[in-house]
Amino acid sequence: MHDMSAQAVQHHAPPTSFIGKHVFSLDHKVIGKQYYALALVAVVIGMVLSWLMRIHLAWPSAKIPLLHYLSANGAAGNVMTPEYYLQLMTMHGTIMVFFVLTTAPFAAFGNYFLPIQVGAEDMPFPHFNMMSFWVTFVSFLVMIASFFVGDGPTLGGWTQYAPLSAIGPASGPGQGMGVVLWASSIAIFCVGQLLGSLNFITTTLDMRTRGMSLWRLPLTAWAWFITSVMGLTAFAVLMPACILLILDHVAGTSFFVASNLVISDQVQPHSGGSTLLWQHLFWFFGHPEVYIAIVPGMGIVSHVLITNMRRPLLSHRVMVYSMGALAVLSYMVYGHHMFVSGMNPFSSLAFSFPTLIITIPSTIVVLIWLGSLYGSKLRINSASLFSLGFISMFISGGVSGFFLAQPSIDIMLHATYFVVGHFHLVMAVAAIFGIFAGTYFWFPKMTGRMMNETLGKIHFWLSFVGAYCIFMPFHYLGLAGNVRRYQAFVDDYLQPLLPVHKFITVAALVTGAAQLVFLYNLVYSRFRGERAADNPWQATSLEWSTPTTPPPFDNFGGQHPVVYHDPYQFGIEASTGDYVMQNSPEEIHTVRDEE
Amino acid sequence: MATTVHDPPKSGTDQKHPALTTTGNGNRGGVLPGGGNLREVKRYSPPPASTGIWVGIAAIAMTFAAFTSALIVRKGSSNDWQPFTLPIILYLNSALLLASSVTLEVGRRRVAAFMAGVKTHRARPARWLYVTLTLGVFFVAGQYAAWKQLRAQGVFLATNPSSSFFYLLTAVHALHVLGGLAGLLLVIGRLRSCVLRRSTLDIASRYWHFMDVLWFYLLLLLWMTL
Repeated sequence: MHDMSAQAVQHHAPPTSFIGKHVFSLDHKVIGKQYYALALVAVVIGMVLSWLMRIHLAWPSAKIPLLHYLSANGAAGNVMTPEYYLQLMTMHGTIMVFFVLTTAPFAAFGNYFLPIQVGAEDMPFPHFNMMSFWVTFVSFLVMIASFFVGDGPTLGGWTQYAPLSAIGPASGPGQGMGVVLWASSIAIFCVGQLLGSLNFITTTLDMRTRGMSLWRLPLTAWAWFITSVMGLTAFAVLMPACILLILDHVAGTSFFVASNLVISDQVQPHSGGSTLLWQHLFWFFGHPEVYIAIVPGMGIVSHVLITNMRRPLLSHRVMVYSMGALAVLSYMVYGHHMFVSGMNPFSSLAFSFPTLIITIPSTIVVLIWLGSLYGSKLRINSASLFSLGFISMFISGGVSGFFLAQPSIDIMLHATYFVVGHFHLVMAVAAIFGIFAGTYFWFPKMTGRMMNETLGKIHFWLSFVGAYCIFMPFHYLGLAGNVRRYQAFVDDYLQPLLPVHKFITVAALVTGAAQLVFLYNLVYSRFRGERAADNPWQATSLEWSTPTTPPPFDNFGGQHPVVYHDPYQFGIEASTGDYVMQNSPEEIHTVRDEE
Repeated sequence: MATTVHDPPKSGTDQKHPALTTTGNGNRGGVLPGGGNLREVKRYSPPPASTGIWVGIAAIAMTFAAFTSALIVRKGSSNDWQPFTLPIILYLNSALLLASSVTLEVGRRRVAAFMAGVKTHRARPARWLYVTLTLGVFFVAGQYAAWKQLRAQGVFLATNPSSSFFYLLTAVHALHVLGGLAGLLLVIGRLRSCVLRRSTLDIASRYWHFMDVLWFYLLLLLWMTL
């Protein structure tokens, strides 16, 4: 009898071979680390791309050494062509959004910690889980491959607006094979995320151990669960959209290309397609996607702050309800990306209203953090600093959302650097800070060693100040009318803004270089860091109760933990100190926020 | 002041397998096909598989919802939409798929009865699964015949948006049906080697019925819009 043993759903024997352990592993912890490694590689590539763009923007004729090796045509003589700038920009956005902001906070940390936090030995479908990573990896390779085929990657931006994305090489370099590879990569990526979401949802609903009721789940588990529901519905829409786009390219269909479209003096052989259709399909995915990037960060930040404040949030349940509300509303607001697309003005109003409504749960989340922090004796360490940084970025970037949510103002600010500044702060930098907070917090459990706190704090301050230096000026540029996606600023009215661009470029180079401190800390601590205790932060959730650090293959050493407490029992008198772990049978007295 | 120590919630205790109730709230555990004896595992369906198939169905439904809205928007966006008559064979295919759902349900009940000890021979319930499998294969072959028929009439994928959507929707559905066929093969193989779990049978048939429902939805959609 093979694999049909009783709990085949959860139990699989520990692998013995190197490949079984580290490559095609069924262990959710290894898969989580693989996702993290993928995100790390992707973020380095994405960051280098942003450097290249920033250098070109500040000094358009600058020669960037070695660049012609990346593209002989796009960077002949090491100077980027305007088209190649757009190609690099597209890849920067795509790689960052999909392979960093989606994989790291959700797939990497979620894979590693969700099963442990619910008290399970693994996810229910380990083979799907393994496939999920390897499918994502293939998707990444396909995306990177587009650098090296024909005339390079697509230049259409990460949103790939039709019709230019759908008509092939006539619309520019990279618009033939580059778009096909882009759309194929994203369609494959969707498969990986759907498999992952399937596992996350079933793990949360069905793999909880004894006593782990839904309200006893830590906020991270809630965040990953809510994110996986969004992922399931959003990626299931992006995939068909990509299929339609590929068909327009390779099969001569006309889903997205209108009649009699003349591009590069050629009438395109398509008829009657709807360019807005792509935008609708894309943004129906695209808006939930930004919450897929940020909600796991909200969970991580709450988790880290609570542990370091030594007291629970003002309200655990309102936090969960707010994250849920964000998820639901994220589907109703997507049209705010299309205010200037020519859609019916009444539709703009209809999308503007929920967009303003969605600021309410966002504000509640922030107020819960701030209210809980008020008067607390916060332990200052790298993880809690990055959590505070997350809140700061989320507020700064979120405030500009109020402006953009209103069609009348958005008409002015649409496609300017104001928007670029807005989403970089609220989604990109905030989510990255969430990843950093999670890394500093969970590194001891994942590797058995502590990260260096001094380096961590240096990393925080350089990143925090640097991120503001880069992205705050974006807002001023946007208000001054600086359009995004221009490869050089030659117009008269843009000339006075050039010094600002130069400042941003220098800030970006310095802030990017500061990340080397993090990389060094990560690698050094992995091998030479101080040995970590099982529960170095005196935290309460189940991931800190594993018998060894890092956790054994089946997480709890053949036992099923039994849960007796709500997730964050801090600030109480217990035999272990001011906290009691979820699986401790000790009787304690405290007031629950719900009673 | 209230105490937060509560007894852990009681799990759904299976009286026959008290040892298996070590896990709780998710109510999992408790599926032991002891020594290959199918009767040991009767009527126990582990929730992850059951939840999982619903989640999968939700994702597939979402994908086809996206295709549907694309079809409606595309049809309304321009006046180049040329209707064509659906090949008659589609209705025969529909009947085959509907029949396969019926035979699968009969088969599923018989296997369940066998697991519960009512029937004694495992070959007989498996027979219905073979019938289902055959009907499913005929359905896919019939879809292929429909495509060939249309091509013979000069209606290709890129001929018109109406034909694009026809080929696209039927092909994506057929791919999912092939997945269902693979699931049925798995069920039959496991039944033959006596390692079938009730849950595997249940989720495979739930998926198959969903393919059936999805097909009739698509047929209605195509019939209304083409």
